[in-house]
Amino acid sequence: MASPQTPGPVHSRSSWRSLWRLRTYLRPYAGSLVVSWFAALGGIAAGTVIPLVGKEIIDGPVAHGDLAGLVPLGLLALGLGVTEALLTFVRRWSQAGPVLGLETAIRDDLYRRLQRLPMSFHDGWQSGQLLSRATSDLSTIRRFLGFGVLFLIMNILQLTAVTVVLLRMYWPLGLLVAASSLPVVALSLRFERRYIGISRRLQDQQGDLATLVEESAVGVRTVKAFGRREHVFGGYAAAAREVRRTALGKVRLASRFFTFLEVVPNVTLALVLLLGAIAVGAGALTLGTLVAFTTLVLQLVWPVASLGYILAMGQEAMTSADRVVEVLDTVPAIRGGADVIERPRGHVRFEGVEFRFPGADRPVLRDVWLEVRPGETVAVVGATGSGKTTLTTLVPRLCDVTAGRVTIDGHDVRHLSLASLRSVVATAFEEPTLFSMSVRENVTLGRGDATEEEIRQALEISQATFAYDLPWGLDTRIGEQGMSLSGGQRQRLALARAVLGRPRVLVLDDTLSALDVETEALVEEALRRVLADATGIVVAHRASTVLLADRVALLRDGTIAHVGRHGDLLATVPEYRELLAQDAGLDAERSAP
Amino acid sequence: MTHDTGSEAGNTAWRGVAAEDRDEISERVSLLLRTRSRRLLGDLLRPHRRAIAVLTAVIVVSNAAGLALPYLVKRGIDDGIPPMLRGQGAGTLMTVVAAVLLAALTQALTRQAFLQMAGRIGQDTLLELRRRVFDHFQRLSLSFHEKYTSGRVISRLTSDVDAIAELLDSGFDGLVTAVLTLCGTAVMLLVLDVHLGLVALLPLPVLLLFTRWFRRESSVTYRRTREAVALVIVHFVESMTGIRAVQAFRREPRNQEIFERLNADYRDANVRGSRLVAVFMPGIKLIGNVTVAAVLLYGGMLALRGTVTVGVLAAFLLYLRQFYEPMQEISQFYNALQSAGAALEKLSGVLEERPAVAEPARPAPLPNAAGALRFETVRFAYAEGPPVLPLLDLEIPAGQTVAVVGTTGAGKTTLAKLIARFHDPVAGRVLLDGVDLRDLDEDTLRRHVVMVTQENYLFSGTIADNVRFGRPGAPDAEIVRAVEAIGAHTFVSTLPEGYETQVGKRGGRMSAGQRQLVAFARAFLADPAVLILDEATSSLDVPSERLVQRALRTILADRTALIIAHRLSTVEIADRVLVMEHGRIVEDGPPDRLIARSGRFARLHHAWLDSLA
Repeated sequence: MASPQTPGPVHSRSSWRSLWRLRTYLRPYAGSLVVSWFAALGGIAAGTVIPLVGKEIIDGPVAHGDLAGLVPLGLLALGLGVTEALLTFVRRWSQAGPVLGLETAIRDDLYRRLQRLPMSFHDGWQSGQLLSRATSDLSTIRRFLGFGVLFLIMNILQLTAVTVVLLRMYWPLGLLVAASSLPVVALSLRFERRYIGISRRLQDQQGDLATLVEESAVGVRTVKAFGRREHVFGGYAAAAREVRRTALGKVRLASRFFTFLEVVPNVTLALVLLLGAIAVGAGALTLGTLVAFTTLVLQLVWPVASLGYILAMGQEAMTSADRVVEVLDTVPAIRGGADVIERPRGHVRFEGVEFRFPGADRPVLRDVWLEVRPGETVAVVGATGSGKTTLTTLVPRLCDVTAGRVTIDGHDVRHLSLASLRSVVATAFEEPTLFSMSVRENVTLGRGDATEEEIRQALEISQATFAYDLPWGLDTRIGEQGMSLSGGQRQRLALARAVLGRPRVLVLDDTLSALDVETEALVEEALRRVLADATGIVVAHRASTVLLADRVALLRDGTIAHVGRHGDLLATVPEYRELLAQDAGLDAERSAP
Repeated sequence: MTHDTGSEAGNTAWRGVAAEDRDEISERVSLLLRTRSRRLLGDLLRPHRRAIAVLTAVIVVSNAAGLALPYLVKRGIDDGIPPMLRGQGAGTLMTVVAAVLLAALTQALTRQAFLQMAGRIGQDTLLELRRRVFDHFQRLSLSFHEKYTSGRVISRLTSDVDAIAELLDSGFDGLVTAVLTLCGTAVMLLVLDVHLGLVALLPLPVLLLFTRWFRRESSVTYRRTREAVALVIVHFVESMTGIRAVQAFRREPRNQEIFERLNADYRDANVRGSRLVAVFMPGIKLIGNVTVAAVLLYGGMLALRGTVTVGVLAAFLLYLRQFYEPMQEISQFYNALQSAGAALEKLSGVLEERPAVAEPARPAPLPNAAGALRFETVRFAYAEGPPVLPLLDLEIPAGQTVAVVGTTGAGKTTLAKLIARFHDPVAGRVLLDGVDLRDLDEDTLRRHVVMVTQENYLFSGTIADNVRFGRPGAPDAEIVRAVEAIGAHTFVSTLPEGYETQVGKRGGRMSAGQRQLVAFARAFLADPAVLILDEATSSLDVPSERLVQRALRTILADRTALIIAHRLSTVEIADRVLVMEHGRIVEDGPPDRLIARSGRFARLHHAWLDSLA
């Protein structure tokens, strides 16, 4: 395995590396970015100059009673004000495209990567974990790369520019102002660290709360069936109280910090006023300069205060980038080969196959040898937990063998391109997955080119023609966001999906469990025709399903104990009789007396 | 409430969650929804009335202190400096500086108090809202949940509650500060100098109009953004949850196409929103800067004539900064307000839904149940659907084991759901020990009647936790006994950590059969008088099913049971068989007698024997 696939958040120290890598997503927008940066610079310049114009007005025309000198300065202030607003507009307008383009492009890539990552990856990750990477982490990165970096540099520039102006106007006061900004930056950095810590904790707790919500919603039938409303509510309420406590801690921390943030500039203002007035009294400072000073001091409040905030935002963005890059960099453990089967016959062989879950000490399957000849159907029978489902996932490579190999028409499945392999093999799972889209799309899923006739055939085989009677026929939206169907209906649609287009190799994982006996008989009848010329691997619990097969493989403790015809196994293998014939046994028990 | 999708004219059509799916709604309806939201908000805040009054006082003091600062600067310049220039000492100046420090301190302390109090009120409100909505969802009937789907329940209780939290967190504080600063500043400006004050306030109408325009535009845009992101999330989660089918059927390219389209829609909506802000924020800045220039020009002129002092001019410049700064934040506030408003609309809608299966006002006592069931002229139909049970009379004596067979859609599950009171009959009554189910409170009913279905939900936690769900607080020994009773002890013991094995996300680490066994043990532990098994053994392998059935013979001996199974092996343990067809009972009797009668059941039984081969 090329990269670790351990689930959960990364604990490594954040570094610039991940974030720096993502910069390439901004490349298409270089032009807009340059424009927005220049506009930002211009805006700062204009904003800083306006108070200086005020100073000129007070010290010049006002002090000397020069009305003629007032108008041009006033117009200059007006011009600068309009320019600042205009440049702010240009900056914001030209920034929207790049910043959101970056977020969208990363999200597209993330989704693409996730679709390629195999089951072994997805089994270890809650979809909520993946979702938070695709949403909140990306927003954090967007905010920092889009605004954070810009403001970081702008604020430093503005801080420097204003400090320089202040120092030049009257250096002792300038020094005072510059000094007062140091504790603010230092403290806000420290605060933000703690703040992020508590925010994380809150996020985790909210995540736990969301899990409880999800369980209560998805499991609502179970909760109701046992009348456990109070019990479930109790758990939720306790978790919600925990969230409240943490949130209050966060509020307390924030309130102390913001208070500090406001005290420092105000105290600075008082000192500026005191020392400035003394300086004016001593004739070292003009009145206009003092006014400009006070205005500029207030102008510094935001850049100083936000510096810590932005630095913290940067840290957060780095962590987010790590989390996103972690997924982007995970190399799919299952990648297609180059081979393509031109004319598949469907000859499947398991050759000394072993499978173990990562980190497990016992293999689920070991030394499995099985041959399914073209057109033949083999039933796989075994007790619960004997590895039947795992066996079926190895053929379409939803999982990969850990030793031995699976071949189709002599090709190791790992050498085939995934598209080729998965068009040869179709699987119907025990638990049908339907998506929030039309019946038609659900059935055609990977075969968008299927004709109406093919769809009809597939629906007929799986006894799912009820779909035509839905309110909008095949265009009826089903799934989580659409019409709800019964378990049997869902299974039949999933089966239709598998038999659509007559795949060469058909894998059925106990697909008929939710059907009633009559429907099951009809489906089996139709399946028999399909399986007559396809290669079939059928996981079965019932004798009736086993009868679909030409031969039966009995799986015990992860390996194939017996292979043979149903009748022969029934006659010679007691264990097999135990597994399958016992329905009849019970009946015999009853009818005997 | 009904999910009536009738004309917009009827207000009742918009009760509950009916308005959720509509994009375009009339003024009147939107007013209705807003009123409803406001009512909920008022309801949530009412217990905090006193705290809010204190809060208001605190914030007024805080703002007054903040507003005093520029005024004190003016006093410093106008009254503090001249005496010094005349060599009369710095007494006045020192007083002013002390006042500045005092004002700054007051502002800081009151602000801190405000933030903490507001935070507490906000968090208490959130907690109450969470509790209320969660509890309400749990009370709403299954028919509601089936239509509403779990996805929407989850988003109500997560993203919608978060939207309100967001507003309480930042927006509220921002708004109060902005409004108070706005009013306070306007007053101070006029007090300092009426003429200059009027000039400074001249752009106010423009500002208000501009803000109103922004509010209107952004409400549309933000709404679109929220809808767009919801679609992205739904598609994302669905693809990831169903990734196995996606990969097995090579759906990836088409999925990618759809995702990129949704993602692009979201981006476009976002770009629109950003551009709107890109117009609004500089617009505010423009108005502010023009005002500053006008104040400089006109104020300079007045100062030049000696009508106003330099201190007043300085105070004006400071006040104008205070005035326009919070206006910049207001765009964020609107965003928060919008989302919270939409969230509140939906949440109030949920809270307005009444459970179709209502709790009785005066519950009938039934401490112990024998388990006798009776259907009296029961009719049932799902909303707007054809009758599922046209007319049903049925009596099941206590202790009897009844198997119900029939094709899909014959009404078997409906029958079971009526006994478990997941639905109420449209007409007629269902009685347990002679008591109408509608007269029993939920606790009593669930203590006596438990239903196990083929959808066996396992909660995250251990196997023991999941079995214990049947009777919280049951000691470990009883859990083991329950598992042993259904013959699953061997399977649990072979698991790596036995009863303490984590079942994984939604029980994903266990096979369907294993999940069914756990669900069975859970039901057995609950020890009800009436046990309903709806296809509860469909995923078991034959030996396990046999074990379960052996166990059932003893378990069901002293309780009433209703067993629905497609596979007739289950029927073997029944005292009585009901054959259903189109919502009616067409055959009724002991299995042996029915088999002998060569009716429908006999044919089914025959076909089943054949299928066993």
